[in-house]
Amino acid sequence: MTEFNTTWLWLIPALPFCGFLLNGTLGRKLPRAAVSAIALLFTLAPALIVADLWLFMKSAGAPLALAVGTKPWIAITGFQVNFAFAVDHLTLLMLSIVTGVGFLIHLYSAGYMAHEEGYWRFFAYLNLFMFFMLVLVLSSSFLLLFVGWEGVGLASYLLIGFYFTKDSAANAGKKAFIVNRIGDFGFLLAMFLIIAHYGSLGFNTVFEKVGASSMSGGYLTAICLLLVLGATGKSAQIPLYIWLPDAMEGPTPVSALIHAATMVTAGIYMVARCHVIFDRSPLALTVVACIGAATALLAALIALVQQDIKRVLAYSTVSQLGYMFMACGVGAYEAGIFHLMTHAFFKALLFLAAGSVIHALSGEQDMRVMGGLRKKIPVTFWTMTMGVFAIAGLPPLAGFFSKDEILYQAYIWDNPLAKLLWAVGLFTAFLTSFYMFRLWFKTFFGAPRFDEHHAAPHAHDDGQAHASHGVHESPAIMTVPLMVLALLSIIGGWVGVPLALGGHNEIEHFLGPVFNPNHVAEHVAMRGPEVGLATVSVLTAFLGLVVAWFFYYRKPGTASSLAAKVKPLYALLDHKFWVDEIYGVLIVSPLQMVSRFLLGGLVETGIVQGVPATAAGITRGAGAITRRMQSGNIRSYAGWLALGAAAVIAVVVFLH
Amino acid sequence: MVPVAYYLILAAVLFCIGMTAFLIRRNVITMFMSIELMLNAVNLTFVAFSHMWHEVSGQIFVFFVMVVAAAESAVGLAIIIALFRSRRTLNVDHVNLMKN
Repeated sequence: MTEFNTTWLWLIPALPFCGFLLNGTLGRKLPRAAVSAIALLFTLAPALIVADLWLFMKSAGAPLALAVGTKPWIAITGFQVNFAFAVDHLTLLMLSIVTGVGFLIHLYSAGYMAHEEGYWRFFAYLNLFMFFMLVLVLSSSFLLLFVGWEGVGLASYLLIGFYFTKDSAANAGKKAFIVNRIGDFGFLLAMFLIIAHYGSLGFNTVFEKVGASSMSGGYLTAICLLLVLGATGKSAQIPLYIWLPDAMEGPTPVSALIHAATMVTAGIYMVARCHVIFDRSPLALTVVACIGAATALLAALIALVQQDIKRVLAYSTVSQLGYMFMACGVGAYEAGIFHLMTHAFFKALLFLAAGSVIHALSGEQDMRVMGGLRKKIPVTFWTMTMGVFAIAGLPPLAGFFSKDEILYQAYIWDNPLAKLLWAVGLFTAFLTSFYMFRLWFKTFFGAPRFDEHHAAPHAHDDGQAHASHGVHESPAIMTVPLMVLALLSIIGGWVGVPLALGGHNEIEHFLGPVFNPNHVAEHVAMRGPEVGLATVSVLTAFLGLVVAWFFYYRKPGTASSLAAKVKPLYALLDHKFWVDEIYGVLIVSPLQMVSRFLLGGLVETGIVQGVPATAAGITRGAGAITRRMQSGNIRSYAGWLALGAAAVIAVVVFLH
Repeated sequence: MVPVAYYLILAAVLFCIGMTAFLIRRNVITMFMSIELMLNAVNLTFVAFSHMWHEVSGQIFVFFVMVVAAAESAVGLAIIIALFRSRRTLNVDHVNLMKN
């Protein structure tokens, strides 16, 4: 395969959009089979095109980057944005993740959502999300990226609030949307700055101009920090991570697709895409690294004590995104993207498996009433085990290689903070391993704590009550995606085996042209400590496993007695560091006060309603006086006429 | 020769009588007649001034006014007859169907 018709690139996002239109307009009347067939076909086709594209890009002599479409989109004097897509190796990888994982999750959803109301609506939104996500990764300008960026936010809002009759879901949707707006504000300002300084929004133009000048810092730092603000919103980093755990109100496949595998990685993708600018601003990179490390640690700590299986995974996602941020911050974009890829595999797997557990338990999400499920849902158990081992960082599963690469890159980072970041990352790795195995032991081992007879009317996370028919394994349409993702979670890391461990680190070579177009320098000489560091991190992961085993399998009471001993600490974690409450007091309440009293009281009732009311009052008063003239009595009209004529004559005669 | 002021005073008196009658009478035919009176008062001033300035255009104007007044009376009387047939009254205060 050496030919590729570039117009096909347009089809990649256009097909899911067609699916959205079809299901969105006609879906209500179509049978469920037709709805899922449409949704699946219109996501499978882009996946196949991407596969074709992949073959083409990997073939000998293929260009490193493809660009299509130079039609002007916005053109004013001295400024032009083209409606254009571009594909390079980074985009190609993202496309594969989005279409591949996206298709698997669509497939799973067809089973998971089978009994839900609004089936067509769900798939329409899901396809809409695919469309915007593909636009986001394909775009070759900041503006088009921003369109995708906003679009996925919209789809996320719609899907979090899918069960809109439930207050908590509707509120979670609003929270996600509003918190993201704050980030988008930063992104917009960054774009304005870029326009002001470079007069363009096209990636190539801007990056060439940045590369050509020798400046660093200055307004580049401002641009970077504003972009980071945008990324913290979308990728759920400190200080804007608070929306992601609440986003678990959405259906579980949505959590897997949007809030684990794809959309939340958009921020990482954007930072990696803009690496040319970030490389020029050491300060911004340090900020990114610190935000990442802090988020990773904080979220991992909170995840330790969560009881809701999906919330553990949500905080784990925040924590893993922190790792990716940290990787970008230390300049190891390849490692960040590598972890993005493996994380997409194992976190999608974990969410889908958790969904399968929830499905099996007729909607139960609380880990305290799970347990002993190993024998009852073996496929879910084994696939989820792969996911747990992968995220915990045990070799040779995917998570080990990517996380280890990030830790190594942090360690060798040329910055006084490097060792600190490495230590934080390592400690977080221990926590990750611990809370994931805690989830694993609590869910699948020990005595069954689930009362099947009381489960029937139990409220579901989805706001619906699944018909309870005992603990049961999920149908094949759900387990097959699980198995595929489990396989990917096992082998997905093998493309990034570092040289020191006898691999070729293909991912780094693959992404190399994007991130280091000029030099292919491989710091072989510095690979010395890598084996040692890898050993340390494996030991850490095992330590997490052992501690979790002791706490939750060997002596199940240990954890609660420990929690009772350090009550303040436990309360701190259990309340998620009171971040929501702090934001509530510091930001939300003052904002509501301002809205209620200043805007609502003064502006709304005073000006917005007051001005028209006054104008209406004046008109009405004048009307009340003058309407006496319009009596309808012909003689009174004649009288007025005579009086008027007399007045005119008087004026003409006496005043002229 | 009679001064023009006399004509004008007569015309003003006639006009005021016509106007007063129009304002105080309720019978449609009376009101109609008072309008004619006012028109003729104006005609009189036209003729007076025409005579004073030896200018014939004023008298031509009078003819126009008379023609229009004749046409107007024809239409007006027809309306009054139609009104009387339907309402059995000529009192304008009782013809208020369009009011309110």
